[in-house]
Amino acid sequence: MKRFLEKLVESALLISGSVTSITILLIIIFLFKEATGLFNSPVIEKGYVLAMNKSNPVKKLSSYQIKEIFDAKITNWDELGGKEEPIEVVRLSDLTKYYTEEELGASFENIPAKASELTAKHPGIILFLPEQYVSKKFDGTLLKHETLQPGDFFGGNEWYPTASPSPQYGLLPLLLGTIWVSLGAILLSLPFGIAVSVYLAEISSMRVRNILKPLIELLAGIPSVVYGFFGLVVIVPFLQEFFKLPVGETALAGSIVLGIMALPTIITVAEDAMRTVPRSIKEASLALGATHWQTIYKVIIPYAKSGITSAAVLGIGRAIGETMAVLMVTGNAAVIPHTLLEPVRTIPATIAAELGEASVGSGHYQALFALGCILFLITMVISISIEFIGKKKY
Amino acid sequence: MKDKKNIKTNTNSSSPSGVRGYSSKRWSQTIAFTIFKLMSYSVVLILIMILGFIVSKGFSAISWDFLTKAPEDGMTKGGIYPAIVGTLYLVLGSSLFSFPIGIMSGIYMNEYASGNKIAAFIRIMTNNLSGVPSVVFGLFGMALFVNAMHFGDSILAGSLTLGLLSLPLVIRTTEESLKAIDFSYREGSLALGATKLQTIRKVIFPMALPNIITGLILSIGRVSGETAPILFTVAAYFLPKLPSSIFDQVMALPYHLYVITTSGTNIEASRSIAYGTALVLIFIVLLVNILATLLRNYFSKKVKI
Repeated sequence: MKRFLEKLVESALLISGSVTSITILLIIIFLFKEATGLFNSPVIEKGYVLAMNKSNPVKKLSSYQIKEIFDAKITNWDELGGKEEPIEVVRLSDLTKYYTEEELGASFENIPAKASELTAKHPGIILFLPEQYVSKKFDGTLLKHETLQPGDFFGGNEWYPTASPSPQYGLLPLLLGTIWVSLGAILLSLPFGIAVSVYLAEISSMRVRNILKPLIELLAGIPSVVYGFFGLVVIVPFLQEFFKLPVGETALAGSIVLGIMALPTIITVAEDAMRTVPRSIKEASLALGATHWQTIYKVIIPYAKSGITSAAVLGIGRAIGETMAVLMVTGNAAVIPHTLLEPVRTIPATIAAELGEASVGSGHYQALFALGCILFLITMVISISIEFIGKKKY
Repeated sequence: MKDKKNIKTNTNSSSPSGVRGYSSKRWSQTIAFTIFKLMSYSVVLILIMILGFIVSKGFSAISWDFLTKAPEDGMTKGGIYPAIVGTLYLVLGSSLFSFPIGIMSGIYMNEYASGNKIAAFIRIMTNNLSGVPSVVFGLFGMALFVNAMHFGDSILAGSLTLGLLSLPLVIRTTEESLKAIDFSYREGSLALGATKLQTIRKVIFPMALPNIITGLILSIGRVSGETAPILFTVAAYFLPKLPSSIFDQVMALPYHLYVITTSGTNIEASRSIAYGTALVLIFIVLLVNILATLLRNYFSKKVKI
């Protein structure tokens, strides 16, 4: 009986222990299930079709090409490998330019017939209309089942999820925005982080350390939304004033806020690493006549190298995944940044800002989950690489 | 960079006297240490600036009405009572989920599976989970709890999401606290004829409890400030009435601060409310940290491990 109870408790504990693993598994399943749906979803809005003249040799259009056509950036079919023929963009509302209201019918019952007729008559036409207006014997090529290509997502230069008729889900501006902000943050915080950890581990007295350490841990406890608020009311106006910018909400503001937020992580990990340096090695260095400072930079820092690297990687991980603070201070313009003084938009900020507007199951919703997958993969790579860096210790 | 600095000072002060090196070495050490000291204090200065700024600006907004009334006039007046209550519910809900499971997995990893492959695997997974960004938890909570399990935007969905988020922290604290207990206590108890379960229940766990509680308090601090996981699982923009069941939406302090600073109806007019809300959040964090430190000191004096 007692034995049985012991076993029972042990299995209950094992089940609890497996919760984190199950969660990781579920995150992977749910995120990737939604994300792969993106590549099965049509490039044009659901419930709509694009129609072209039958004689047109172009039978396929990518999401980006459709957008360029409707933005009048591409104006001739020969740019898309077709014949020399100007592109004629027609939306449903434009039908009134070709037909009178009487011709279209009082309750628009003639639209299917007229749309078909118009498509057949104009060789350069591209017509965007709801599926319900496509008659059975429609005289033209229908672009209906084109799906979004992985290249459109991973190589896309534009994030414009509300564009009509073809929303743009290009990853690049968001990915680059994330990288810029995070790199800026780590460049700002790493020198400080290492300096503070050296000071705490080697230089300061125990009394000073016992005061500084809890204060720095307090920095880690401040919620990210408070950092965002502080950034918005203090750092953003300051940058705007200092650099004479049109808007202060820039990548640099994000980097500064994230740099402050990453500091406690970097300091804690790097300090722990420096504390693991064996006393004998330190004493040997000092005994050979090296000063304390020489011992620090020639012995302790090289010895703690792997720990300092993990600190930097962890700091980057923290910066990449940070959402609210970045959302509040970076200005959220989904364009590829050229300098740190421009507004950018990061992957987590995009998810947080747009998921509320995206209807469940839509392409936009799936695209945001795809972003979540990218973020998840990045952080997994970071976690795993830290395991490896940690193992390299001698 | 540091090397260069050192070489420079070395060559500069290569004095003709025989003690070349010694004084220059001293000098470079003094310079380097001063720089490190200044950088360390500037980090503390940043903290003081942030805290000082929010406390000084937010203090005037705090009043009894602010803490006990619902927002009024498009959130430009009134208080933040529903948000405080909402955050309390979320902290409570997530703790009910994460504390038992987290403590149990911590015990399993340190007492039962210590050193074997299962523990190593769980540890890797737990570390991975702790690295997952909070917004991914939000996505996941929305996909699983809100949509797939049909909880809707509710306290239940939000609490579970936050619970999963704080789980790695709870597991790690428990494991560390158990690890700190000397092995001789386990052996002593077992030698007296106690079973493993009895040893854990009567000897090991009570000894580790103070440290575990400290960790749990810190995890409460973390949960109460998280915004991204609750954005799509529970948080309501404006909801003056208090929740009546776990399937209701609630307002929450961090989300409230976010909306009134970025998308409120009148951002300028609600600034003082925003400062007040930020101060309340900071106050929770300070309280939690001070409580944890006091507990740690109290128990470390009382219990000698």
